[in-house]
Amino acid sequence: MSTETENEKRDFLDVISGWLVGLRDWIDARFPLTKFWNEQLAQYYAPKNFNFWYFFGSIALLVLVNQILTGIFLAMNYKPSAAEAFASVEYIMRDVNWGWLIRYMHSVGASMFFAVVYLHMFRGVMYGSYKKPRELLWIFGVLIYVTLMAEAFMGYLLPWGQMSYWGAQVIISLFGAIPGIGEGLAQWIRGDFTISDITLNRFFALHIVAVPLILIGLVVFHLIALHEVGSNNPDGVEIKKKKDANGIPLDGIPFHPYYTIKDIVGVIVFIAIFAAIIFFAPGMHGLFLEPANFEPANALKTPPDIHPLWYFGPFYAILRSIPNKLTGVVTMGLAIFLLFLLPWIDKHPIKSLRYRGMLYRRLVIVFGLTFIVLGFIGMQLATPFWAQIGQRFAELYFLFYVTSWVYSKPRSRGFLIGAFVVVMGLISIGDLLGWDPSEVTLKLYSWLIPGIYCAIFLLLPAFFSKLVEPEAVPERVTFK
Amino acid sequence: MSTEEIDNNRRHFLTVATVVAGAVGAVMTAVPFVSSMEPSARAKALGGPVDIDVSKIEPGAMIKVKWRGKPTWVVQRPQPALDELPKVDPRLRDPDSEEDQQPAYCKNEWRSIKPHLFVVIGICTHLGCSPLYKPQPGDPELGADWPGGFHCPCHGSKYDLAGRVFKNVPAPLNLQVPPYRFVTDTQIRVGEDERAA
Repeated sequence: MSTETENEKRDFLDVISGWLVGLRDWIDARFPLTKFWNEQLAQYYAPKNFNFWYFFGSIALLVLVNQILTGIFLAMNYKPSAAEAFASVEYIMRDVNWGWLIRYMHSVGASMFFAVVYLHMFRGVMYGSYKKPRELLWIFGVLIYVTLMAEAFMGYLLPWGQMSYWGAQVIISLFGAIPGIGEGLAQWIRGDFTISDITLNRFFALHIVAVPLILIGLVVFHLIALHEVGSNNPDGVEIKKKKDANGIPLDGIPFHPYYTIKDIVGVIVFIAIFAAIIFFAPGMHGLFLEPANFEPANALKTPPDIHPLWYFGPFYAILRSIPNKLTGVVTMGLAIFLLFLLPWIDKHPIKSLRYRGMLYRRLVIVFGLTFIVLGFIGMQLATPFWAQIGQRFAELYFLFYVTSWVYSKPRSRGFLIGAFVVVMGLISIGDLLGWDPSEVTLKLYSWLIPGIYCAIFLLLPAFFSKLVEPEAVPERVTFK
Repeated sequence: MSTEEIDNNRRHFLTVATVVAGAVGAVMTAVPFVSSMEPSARAKALGGPVDIDVSKIEPGAMIKVKWRGKPTWVVQRPQPALDELPKVDPRLRDPDSEEDQQPAYCKNEWRSIKPHLFVVIGICTHLGCSPLYKPQPGDPELGADWPGGFHCPCHGSKYDLAGRVFKNVPAPLNLQVPPYRFVTDTQIRVGEDERAA
């Protein structure tokens, strides 16, 4: 009898797993479930040398899911009307069960989204992940970034606080700078002569339906492109060039289970930081939620200082640094647009900064620092001092692209000296055009900022060519 | 139907015709949607004229009224402030109001119908902040050579007491003077032009 019960048990498990296999086969005959799983995860081979910087793609996806889920629950209690919006947010914060948590997950999540995306983009710049054959992958990524900016901007109007209102006023006015059609376009976006209930209502519709749909679509395209060309890696070596007898890259490991497990570690650390911010500093001392936004929108009173949230800081600093509306808007647009062109500005055959020479490594690090400094300047009051310093760092932002282009080929000494003279000449002419006798000292001293930058990155390699000499790229990936 | 041959010309023509007809249809279908985002009839009606009593404004004082949701300022400028206006001219971008930022009847040295009473929309022409009223000449925040005027805290644009923009500031244009007229000596109507009476 006893062997019979054991047999019955085994039979029972066999039956269950038999059913599951049967169900899988039933689905596979009608929908490519196993095929999709294998192609995208279990048999998608990623380079085995991913490092810290490769966490941020999957974390960005996690934050997107967080924003969508918390957003759905916020929309259940939020009222998109000028009369009720501000109070409904306070209602969510005070009266809805766990409403405060859901709202902070959403508002902190927005800031974390940008933090993660900026790190993800910087990874791409460091390891040349925008280069052939990943140009479209990069472009989809920049499109995601631009869409995300639109999404965040419209979401920030919804609490209908002072900074929501005036921040939106400033950003919509940017469209007014376009000659001829600008004012009409700004009015069309607002749907009124000024930002009003109508604007709030339509921004709500765009924020919760239209833009998220576009965002999800772009993320899908981004992943399709990624899985078509395969991931880059810190060495910038194409793993598809060396395959074993079965056609599997020698330096590749299946994404699942290897990188799913690795990413879980990153996700846990990320969630710990995310939770700490939500629970201990949800406003991040005015960085994630600005104090002025705890006051309802008032069309007659501008807050003493308007600045957008930190993640727009760098581009806002560039906009403010130019004392001319149209030129300022165009320059800011160009600063974003250049990201799209990066694959064609830097066509150097070596991808990773590891093998691009000593100065190139410094160049990329200084670019990262420039972006951070611009972000800081974007949060400061619009005093002449910060306007001037902002202008200098805006120059450094654009000089990164110029220098990248200069470094994309071996250049002669004459070329490098010429580039130095042209760049510093243009900057000096720009200074003379905007000459204001009251700020001469600051202008002259701050001239040294681009001056030293160009001396190091353009003049120095003219005399010490070793500094920009590429190093030998290894055949196979390495572990550093 | 008897022949098996494919007429490629015909096929090509039909493809192009279908695409063109479809594109025209798509554009025409888009019209109502795009147009629905223009200011609605109600928004336009709410943007109608506003009456303001100006009899109680003391010299040097300013009142703020909402017209079309925009802060609209009425300033009672004292005589010394009016005397100061021509002296600022060399520091201004458009001292003679050449740009179309005011109704024709306000294109004068005061940018107003009556010299003392200044009506202007308090929206910076740079990015739409509302500037602050700083009438005191030599205001400590703005330097000893400040003639009195308006200062935008957002990006540092400066205007004189006729809303004329200074040079070397981000704002490109003078502050906009709205259409307005005197209904009586003490009442103005913003949003309606002075009729040629």
